[in-house]
Amino acid sequence: MSLFGLLEVSGSALSAQSVRLNTISSNLANAESASGSPDGAYKALQPIFSSVMGSGFGGGPGASSLVKVQVDQVVESDRLPRQEYAPHHPLADEEGYVYYGNVNAVEEMANMISASRSYQNNVEVMNTSKQLLIQTLSLGR
Amino acid sequence: MSNWVQGVLSTHAQGLLTYSRRAEVLASNLANADTPGYKARDVDFRAALGAARDGAQVRTNPRHMAAGVGGSGAALLYRYPQQPSLDGNTVEAPIEQAAFADNAMRYQASLRFLDGSVKGLLLAIKGE
Repeated sequence: MSLFGLLEVSGSALSAQSVRLNTISSNLANAESASGSPDGAYKALQPIFSSVMGSGFGGGPGASSLVKVQVDQVVESDRLPRQEYAPHHPLADEEGYVYYGNVNAVEEMANMISASRSYQNNVEVMNTSKQLLIQTLSLGR
Repeated sequence: MSNWVQGVLSTHAQGLLTYSRRAEVLASNLANADTPGYKARDVDFRAALGAARDGAQVRTNPRHMAAGVGGSGAALLYRYPQQPSLDGNTVEAPIEQAAFADNAMRYQASLRFLDGSVKGLLLAIKGE
């Protein structure tokens, strides 16, 4: 029964979206992490998704129409760290600068909303297919 | 007799298979809503239904090869996006959601009809 495969696809999406939510929470948590050098400052993380095609993609009998999602890689943002002049900060370098992570809080919040909406969508798909499966299994009763 | 039973059950059974395949495609679209470069796809339902129906009609000899069950041989087509995103993704979540809900309702309708047929057959067999 192919509705079982549907749960697998939505499950892969849930796991990918939760990785995305995890990177967002790491980014937001470390937005104010200070460092004494530009290299030591926190770098914002971002997952890159890619699709996993089922075998026999592209039609023909027996071709799978299931396309799962996976997190291909998690990349660090190459934006410059936020530099602040704070000579009395214990971590300040000899010129009096402290470096903070290159996290854009507004971007991260927008990203979080998008991730949570996608997560909800896939949960709905799972719920609907679960109901359909249960109804199919109780056929003729 | 068995042909008659098959006739009663097959239409909606084919429908269920086609709908479940479409559900797979639509769920894949929704799952890949944030994947860069993913192109949304859908089943050409008319073609799938035609393939399923013709497959049932053309097979006049048991030695003929069986046609794809439930239109699984029907080609998947790519959706024309109204607002494609910059990363090359053409999934539009609201359209996919609506299509998925529509498909689920149709699946349930087919299921209900099939259920009715099964119950009717059981009643006829038992004769109570």
